[in-house]
Amino acid sequence: MAHVSDLISEDIESYLAAHEQKELLRFITCGSVDDGKSTLIGRMLYESHMLFDDHLAALEADSKKVGTQEGEIDFALLVDGLAAEREQGITIDVAYRFFSTDKRKYIVADTPGHEEYTRNMATGASTADVAIILVDASQGVLTQTRRHSFIVSMVGVKRIILAVNKLDLVDYSEDVFNQIKADYHNFADEALTLEEITAIPISALKGDNIVGPSENTPWYDGQSIMQYLETVEVAADSQSRPFRMPVQWVNRPNREFRGFTGLIGSGCISKGDRIRVLPSGTESNVARIVTYDGDLELAGAGRSVTITLTDEIDISRGDIIASAESPCSSADQFQARILWMDDEAMAPGRQYLFKSNSQTTSMTLGSLKHKIDVNTLEELPAKSLDMNEIGVCNISLSSRVAFDSYDDDPVMGGFVIVNRMTNNTVGMGLIDYALRRADNIHWQSMDVTKQSRAEQKSQRPRLIWFTGLSGSGKSSIANILEKKLQSMGRHTITLDGDNIRHGLNRDLGFTKPDRVENIRRVAETSKLMVEAGLICISSFISPFANEREMARNLMQENEFVEVFVDTPLEVCEQRDVKGLYAKARAGGLPNFTGISSPYEAPVNPEVRIDTTSMTAEEAAEAIIDYLSRS
Amino acid sequence: MQDRMTHLQRLEAEAIHIMREVVAEAENPVMLYSIGKDSSVMLHIAMKAFYPAKPPFPIMHIDTMWKFSEMVEFRDKMAEDLGLDLIVHINPEGKEMGMNPFIHGSSTHTDVMKTQGLKQALDKYEFDVAFGGARRDEEKSRAKERIFSFRNENHNWDPKRQRPELWNVYNSRKNQGESIRVFPLSNWTELDIWQYIHLENIPIVPLYLAKPRPVVERDGVLILVDDDRLPLNEGEEPMMKTVRFRTLGCYPLTGAVESYADTLPEVIQEMLLTTTSERQGRVIDFDSTASMEKKKQEGYF
Repeated sequence: MAHVSDLISEDIESYLAAHEQKELLRFITCGSVDDGKSTLIGRMLYESHMLFDDHLAALEADSKKVGTQEGEIDFALLVDGLAAEREQGITIDVAYRFFSTDKRKYIVADTPGHEEYTRNMATGASTADVAIILVDASQGVLTQTRRHSFIVSMVGVKRIILAVNKLDLVDYSEDVFNQIKADYHNFADEALTLEEITAIPISALKGDNIVGPSENTPWYDGQSIMQYLETVEVAADSQSRPFRMPVQWVNRPNREFRGFTGLIGSGCISKGDRIRVLPSGTESNVARIVTYDGDLELAGAGRSVTITLTDEIDISRGDIIASAESPCSSADQFQARILWMDDEAMAPGRQYLFKSNSQTTSMTLGSLKHKIDVNTLEELPAKSLDMNEIGVCNISLSSRVAFDSYDDDPVMGGFVIVNRMTNNTVGMGLIDYALRRADNIHWQSMDVTKQSRAEQKSQRPRLIWFTGLSGSGKSSIANILEKKLQSMGRHTITLDGDNIRHGLNRDLGFTKPDRVENIRRVAETSKLMVEAGLICISSFISPFANEREMARNLMQENEFVEVFVDTPLEVCEQRDVKGLYAKARAGGLPNFTGISSPYEAPVNPEVRIDTTSMTAEEAAEAIIDYLSRS
Repeated sequence: MQDRMTHLQRLEAEAIHIMREVVAEAENPVMLYSIGKDSSVMLHIAMKAFYPAKPPFPIMHIDTMWKFSEMVEFRDKMAEDLGLDLIVHINPEGKEMGMNPFIHGSSTHTDVMKTQGLKQALDKYEFDVAFGGARRDEEKSRAKERIFSFRNENHNWDPKRQRPELWNVYNSRKNQGESIRVFPLSNWTELDIWQYIHLENIPIVPLYLAKPRPVVERDGVLILVDDDRLPLNEGEEPMMKTVRFRTLGCYPLTGAVESYADTLPEVIQEMLLTTTSERQGRVIDFDSTASMEKKKQEGYF
């Protein structure tokens, strides 16, 4: 198999001509260390003659040193990458392997199998055409088998090879194989949305049914793993869907040329086709499909092209060019499945960034409908998702995006979730369907406006947002500030823990999700106060930069004044007016800011109050001074 | 209706998509150009990605003063032929101290001229994203590196803090001081590179093809006598051998292989029939196990 064909030495030109026509197949292997996953991949690399002599020599040396096969070649060592992992003997990250045969080139995503690596598996599966699920024949279908299958099917893999491995340990028993196959179908036929399950009896260690048929399994007349991979048809999947191309970049080298570049996500497009641009809804016809190698008559999913249109219409990055016959729709509220990928738990109510092929926009995650136990597939009630947990919630975006549901079109229905502060990718989401809500709530246009209400009071409405540790002096300063403003004839209102926590927010506690929701409601209420033309003073610990940013984004420019009451923790703790620090130190108050929960200090507040060098009176003056200057 | 694509067409389309994403989202991108075969492929794809426009970023070569002279000629000619903006950076401190791999040793030379030189240049021009031609099949630690790979303000890579990379949606948002290395050829193998060069007729440095050249043999490695800076040991006589190079770098640190492959198909044929992996010609990888991973953590590309 593979490269070592006589053609190479006899007629390299014909060999190249043939090999330049190879197709590409991407697959993922799922299983735990004990299932023999690394051994299987190592075996495939070995059998396809992709190992160079120096690799082999290193492998033999490593096998003697740290191998688990008593001096025999330990194929698993081939695929264990980073030094730290090699020492621990586990695979902690997605690694990509490459090999090729005469017919195809393969990219293998090799991912770890433990529950705490669910996110790595989802990452590897997101680009895979096929998944190989490994089962240890002596163990049968286990919880982890179901978990792996659920994850890969959730992210869109439609074809699964059930590789029943270590058959040599059960004397190549047909009964064992059939039982495992039946058990798997019992589970998968109902729980998963798959096109195809192919069960293959193998021994990765001994090489049975990896490349060709094995003499040890005369009762099996199906394909070997490689035979399956060589012949499975996947290219048609994406090209048979309706045409979709997310616009990446507008190419305008001169006045005459205006091309829309992108990687075709789904379907095919021909010169002259009618297209619709989403979300705007404008239509036109394809004038040219431009590439460096000349214009194309037809281009399908997977090709990077530049499209020009017959009409001059306004299109920019993030728009979708879709078939006019079967276009996608657009919306700003969805139900989505979420897989959380960050150490810091998901915070419903918080603003994140939504990034998909079509758009980057602000997103608020709604409260969780339920989470899914990846082992039992049970739906459980939950308030938040920790790393590697999967759940369902509504999301709401700050602008409309073009979409299809993930099950109809993974290119159009998948998105990543980005934390606005850390910029980390904290989750992946799959759109189930759009909620109609946005269309139903029409903004009632008002004759009396914020402007006119403010004019009546002869003042500029503002939100003065106090943030700082408990006991930093926020309330004292806010109190003096409000009195001073009132004596100047200003109309004011103060929102603080006392009047909010006892009323509007009395259903909320102090866990992180609750604190996020607390601030979200406060921010929305503050906004209404500002709409009423008032100067609103909101005084809350508000420890998370994210939520303060969210409050700021609700306001118009220059309406939001962040006042950072900067009192060192030691000083607050010394004062301890309410005795809370003592209680927190004694362990009686979980999630207490500064002690058992972080405070993220503002980087650029409008006003910073250093209470160690200023009295409350002076602080209030400083704020008034800022208000009159800005 | 179907549009069948070969694996090379799919890899090319993926690389184009990655380059366009960078141009759409980066503030000030640059393409690192090492003059080698992978760089040649990357540059060729960049010409395709933005056609009919030119690539909207400069290309930059981190020169070490010890590159093969044919590489430097080739570099200047390519930039001129393609009409691209070429930046050449040499670490001025290294230049001043007369950095010499024969005197200072290969690891100091590589660190000062390549690793430090690269950091300097990226800081000097304030590039926030740099394209590199590295491939995941080159070496074990690369196999796990993301296509968008983040570096902290000291240009260090932290393999434990890599962001998940889902589908082809790349999160290019960076924190203060961070920069990004982007590897459009991540999913290519050495064979893919050669096949693509063959198929697309991409110009490469002639050093890749066999020809009689003056060399000396040291510790089993054939070193080209590229200029008169190569100090000859006692009794050492340059000899003419028909050789070529499988990788290109600094000439004192790059071993030649004896070969008669003077056409591209013959080179590919030889590659398929010989069974030592590509980086063996590079002296730096011999240092210690996991040495590439270490270098990358320190800021080597």
